[in-house]
Amino acid sequence: MKRYGFSVETLAAWLLAVLWIAPLVYAFWAAFHPSEYAVHFNLLAPLTLDQFREAWRQAPFMRYYFNTFVLVTMILAAQLVLCTLAAYAFARLEFWGREVMFGLVLLQLMIVPEVLIVENYRTLAAFNLVDTIVGIGLPYMASAFGIFLLRQSFKTIPRELEEAARMEGCGILGVLWRVYVPTARPTYLAYALVSVSYHWNNFLWPLVVTNSVETRPLTVGLAIFGAPESGVDWSVISAGTLLAVAPLLIAFFLFQRQFVQSFLHAGIK
Amino acid sequence: MMGIYAWLLLLPASVLLVTFTHYPTVATFIHSLFSNGTVIRPSRFVGLDNYRAVMHDPVFWKVMENTVLFALGTVPASIALALLMAVWVNRRIPGRAFVRLSYFTPTILPMIAVANIWLFFYTPDIGLLDQISAFFGGRGHNWLGDSRTVLWCLIVMTIWKEAGFFMIFYLAALQTHSPELEEAARLEGASRGAFFWRVTFPLLMPTTLFVFINATLNSFKLVDHLFILTKGGPDNASNLLLYYIYENAFSFFDTASAATLTVILLAMLAAMAIVQFTVLDKRVHYR
Repeated sequence: MKRYGFSVETLAAWLLAVLWIAPLVYAFWAAFHPSEYAVHFNLLAPLTLDQFREAWRQAPFMRYYFNTFVLVTMILAAQLVLCTLAAYAFARLEFWGREVMFGLVLLQLMIVPEVLIVENYRTLAAFNLVDTIVGIGLPYMASAFGIFLLRQSFKTIPRELEEAARMEGCGILGVLWRVYVPTARPTYLAYALVSVSYHWNNFLWPLVVTNSVETRPLTVGLAIFGAPESGVDWSVISAGTLLAVAPLLIAFFLFQRQFVQSFLHAGIK
Repeated sequence: MMGIYAWLLLLPASVLLVTFTHYPTVATFIHSLFSNGTVIRPSRFVGLDNYRAVMHDPVFWKVMENTVLFALGTVPASIALALLMAVWVNRRIPGRAFVRLSYFTPTILPMIAVANIWLFFYTPDIGLLDQISAFFGGRGHNWLGDSRTVLWCLIVMTIWKEAGFFMIFYLAALQTHSPELEEAARLEGASRGAFFWRVTFPLLMPTTLFVFINATLNSFKLVDHLFILTKGGPDNASNLLLYYIYENAFSFFDTASAATLTVILLAMLAAMAIVQFTVLDKRVHYR
């Protein structure tokens, strides 16, 4: 291995890495120090949790956590069931119109629900689901990406496994549960992580649908909390921002390898 | 027999897909041909009048210009950075885990949180950017309040947020390249630079096209940060198409215009998808 060149590149890679993490480090700095230090960098600045207390007092974070948790769990559960059923049909069953149907499903990869906020809001209003958590989740539950990913994974499972299970007397659902779901576990994990991070962070559609504290997820709550008009001071906004991203960020730092592997897995398709 | 099972399995997903993807797509198109209904005057068929109105709306053209600039500003730069990051992280450099973590972390933050953090960098006088410029003797500048700088501020922030995500696709592709290739090139006396441009880069071409299409599609729907940073201002200098749709529908209550603008956005997405299916080698990613 050539020594020089290599080390210049390493230096550049490190510089970029430091630059890339800096904004987040800065948010931590602002949140954990008294507000007068937000613009003064001083290593001896005292640490404090006051900003977090203040943020917690000013916005119902507990309620937002709960809403986001319910939303993310509900979407994921529905996605796993619906996508498994559909993916199996596309991967293993012969039926009239299969290719056309699959094409229609893939259309959602392009026309994501965010683009259709106006019409989907109308639909929700017609079903009386505006300002409900179910309403936020519904457009995402049948996920083309999930169906596509699971279909790819199911196709690699040998048919012999399925036939063996059928001999044992399993029906379609039994085969799915005993053979396909366990074998495709890495794909499920990958999809789950991608889905949870997407919906934890999603903003536009939840903003359109919700208008009360009881339904607002974290992102929407944070946007209201951090709006300049609300006159909250800078360090408190940093603390609130960290509160909102903390669960996902901590999970990411703990299971970094799984996260990256999952995104890789989902990315290769 | 099998057919019935298949349709039963597809039923739940199909119902939701039709309700929230196919039906609204068609409905948007139809609504774009009708006028806004009021209590006194019900909605009526107006043909292409809504489209004519949009074409004569100077804000629409400003928004389209911004949307294209935003895509041009964010997509190639993030792809280039992503490729660089992937090549670096794919090598055995010391502290690789930290470097990869740092590149990837912005990806898992919500755009709202990113905007909150960056808002402070761009704040006039006390913000980080102005402090740095003051250090070099510059004067305070209202970065987000100046129509010449605002879009660029958003572009820089978005590149920071997105590059790590695209890096993942390159990493995935790089891991399929066999190390013997580089070995052989080195024996032939090829420099690292030559190897990258003659071997790695061409081999990554399908990935680059794939990422390019998806990054462009993605850039059309990235508007969350506008709610925090600029609300599309000043004077629509940072307004983007999807945000303008939101404003028309939920601030101006002009749903006919919103539907018309949505059709235009759908047409842009469709054009990108056609490029994807005709230019891209389908076998690479879709088989």
